[in-house]
Amino acid sequence: MLEQLDVSQLSWARGQFALTAMYHWIFVPLTLGLSFLLAFFETLYVKTGNEQWKRITKFWMTLFGINFAIGVATGIIMEFEFGTNWSNYSWMVGDIFGAPLAAEGIFAFFLETTFFAVMFFGWNRVSKGFHLLSTWLVAIGSNLSALWILVANGWMQHPVGMQFNPDRARFEMESFWQVLLSPVAVSHFVHTTSSAFLLSALFVVTVSCWYLLKGRHVALAKKSLAVAATFGLISSAFVAFTGDESAYTAARVQPMKLAAMEGLWDGEVNADLVAVGIVNPGKKPGDDSDPFQFEIKLPYLLSLLANRELGSFVPGINDLVYGNAEQGIEGAGDRIARGKQAISLLATYKQARDEGDAVTAEAVLQQFNQVRDDIGYGYLSRPEDIVPPVPLVFYSFHVMVALGTLFPLLFGAILFFLYKDNLSQQKWFLRLGVLSVFFGYLASQAGWIVAEVGRQPWAIQGLLPVGVARSNLTTTTVQMTFFMFLIIFTTLLIAEVRIMTRQIQNGPEGE
Amino acid sequence: MGNLDLAQLQQLWWLLVSVVGALFIFLTFVQGGQGLLLTLTRDEDEKTLIINSLGKKWELTFTTLVLFGGAFFAAFPLFYATSFGGAYWVWMLILFTFVLQAVSYEYRRKPGNLLGARVYEYFLFINGTVGILLIGIAVGTFFTGSNFSLNAYNSVTWHNPGRGIEAAFSLFNLSFGLFLVFLARVLGALYLNNNIDYPPLVAKTSVAAFKNLLYALPFLLYVLVRLLFMQGYAVDPQSGTVFLQRGKYLANLLALPVNGLGFLLIGLVLVVLGVALTYFKGSRKGIWPAGLGTVLVVLAVFAIAGYNNTAFYPSRVDLQSSLTLATASSSHYTLTAMSYIALAIPVVLAYVAYVWRLLDARKLGAADLTTGDEKY
Repeated sequence: MLEQLDVSQLSWARGQFALTAMYHWIFVPLTLGLSFLLAFFETLYVKTGNEQWKRITKFWMTLFGINFAIGVATGIIMEFEFGTNWSNYSWMVGDIFGAPLAAEGIFAFFLETTFFAVMFFGWNRVSKGFHLLSTWLVAIGSNLSALWILVANGWMQHPVGMQFNPDRARFEMESFWQVLLSPVAVSHFVHTTSSAFLLSALFVVTVSCWYLLKGRHVALAKKSLAVAATFGLISSAFVAFTGDESAYTAARVQPMKLAAMEGLWDGEVNADLVAVGIVNPGKKPGDDSDPFQFEIKLPYLLSLLANRELGSFVPGINDLVYGNAEQGIEGAGDRIARGKQAISLLATYKQARDEGDAVTAEAVLQQFNQVRDDIGYGYLSRPEDIVPPVPLVFYSFHVMVALGTLFPLLFGAILFFLYKDNLSQQKWFLRLGVLSVFFGYLASQAGWIVAEVGRQPWAIQGLLPVGVARSNLTTTTVQMTFFMFLIIFTTLLIAEVRIMTRQIQNGPEGE
Repeated sequence: MGNLDLAQLQQLWWLLVSVVGALFIFLTFVQGGQGLLLTLTRDEDEKTLIINSLGKKWELTFTTLVLFGGAFFAAFPLFYATSFGGAYWVWMLILFTFVLQAVSYEYRRKPGNLLGARVYEYFLFINGTVGILLIGIAVGTFFTGSNFSLNAYNSVTWHNPGRGIEAAFSLFNLSFGLFLVFLARVLGALYLNNNIDYPPLVAKTSVAAFKNLLYALPFLLYVLVRLLFMQGYAVDPQSGTVFLQRGKYLANLLALPVNGLGFLLIGLVLVVLGVALTYFKGSRKGIWPAGLGTVLVVLAVFAIAGYNNTAFYPSRVDLQSSLTLATASSSHYTLTAMSYIALAIPVVLAYVAYVWRLLDARKLGAADLTTGDEKY
């Protein structure tokens, strides 16, 4: 079907997408969360008429604007990269994937950008009420934008509502609502946006704690902290709840990802959860070596997490690669064999159709329909190809969960010290607060590594491997754009951080 | 809408993509204004006024470009896959110029911006000239064709190492690109003329609109003459076979008397009228006829590229790989679902227009240079 796979080009293309996505995700969480914080601050201003809240709103709005610009800059690349670097993907699933992207443009982007202009330039040009409405619409628009792209990403994790069309060699949508309301997409959206809210709350915590340590803009810092810590605490609850839901759905639709997250090589009834561990990096599917060099396990918890049922079986990597007849799990080898049969039948069908041999075409099509669900597996060589990089997924997952557990404690402690009115005296705690946004970024990026690396080798889970999804480009071409992106985004990031820190040092206007 | 057949939906979606494309080209007055920034301004005050005038609109242009991409992806995914994955360098360079633009308004005057204000002004200039030139070159290939072929599974192979850059060596494409660059500058000058109340700039933008229209004319004439006589990529409606036909685009103009020839002629007249009213009559509203004219011209260009049994993204290497509305489109189900989503477009246009009027009710002037308002 496709030219011989150029692994090197594929690696660079994946690297480029990861690079642009990770850069983009530095800025997006702040846009998603700060936009709501701005709306909260401005609502307090309009409700109370207290000018202090207006100054607070304008101060955080300045930082929001600096971040927003580079978020937009990195975002446009993401959209077009689907076409430039993943052109087969664009064709094979464009019928489904393109729709949420266009909806994002129509419903979200214009709302966001139109009212962004009012929010920034409208203080003296529109009424107070309309300005507040605009700030809320920016928040809603930004998060609507996240909804559509995360629906699209959720669909990649768990493709539903579509069917393969052999005549056009692509997948076609059969139910827009199934795509939009897929439980995976919904939990993916809520988990990602609430984690973004949490991260933006940490950003406010970092800046405000720094002010308190320096004894500057104390009133602004405390007021900002009160709102941000409350927002962060509520968001943490959503993150935890939807995180649990994500693991539960992963057990159903991406069991390999869950096995990699937990470093579970051999499935178990009453499986233990590895709380802390050092994985054996040389461990390969089917070998007898110990999966861990060191681990601390919590008994039975993985079965509970994955199936919400004690005594349940959680499949391991080896079960999924080689099959487990006892548990009714089919190995990847059988699916690869059927996939290769599907590819061959598709070629025969197309040839018969082109030659006008309708009878043969119909007969072959019926055979193809028996095995078409496994067509994606046909592009894999060995059963072991379905295993993602286990150490990276395992560590990312554990870093995310560990840090995610600490954040609500941080927010709770801030609110406690604010209530006791002695936060400014807690120097050690304020220093921790200053560092908190960096831990937030670590957890957030780790979360995306779990989501995206954890589903390798698939671009579309179970249907389309990344090797088939790519564009037909030379390695040198992709290398060149990779380094162009690296240089330009790094330069712009340095500029952004410098501008941001200078604005923070300057503090709000009029103080 | 649920009763439309696939061919009707394909036509409808070509129209919707055309409308978004036409609005985008109108909104490139932002890029045109950026192109004028370095040459039109005498001091920092003038620069600040121009930047702040354009700064309220740049995201609208940017977002329209993103929507243009999204609409093509959703409605004609094979074009998205073929052109973006094939003409890689052209699109990448276009995107790079938009990345540079996106940060420049915000960062230009901020302390600690690493590169200095001048560099960000050059970034805006690059976006306003190179970016638009490359977009024009890419659109030119709708008529001159590109070097690709598709296999039985619609996987694209590009047959030129330039990966799309080779299109810049066609005089037609290059002229199309330069026409768009000067048109954007005309629109930029007219927009600034309308939006800024600062006498020195009002006079200079009026002259700039006129001069840039003159610069645009030879390229426009070349494009029009070539369009009338060049070979076009026709499609046999029965078999779907693509074949070369001399005078195809002239035939399309005549076959589409309203949205082809009519829109083209009325559009061009309106653009000239907008400039003439500004330059000769001192009107400050030239942007509106010129803007409407631009929209009509682009609609006509898209109409003759895609309608009347024409391959809108032709292949020079393998005629039968050329993309037509029928071969490149999404399924009936997706186009129908997307059509319901598109019903929101008038609502979007309405609130964009409302906010535009609201923010521009008072023109930018000398007083705005000193107020405490947020500004770039």
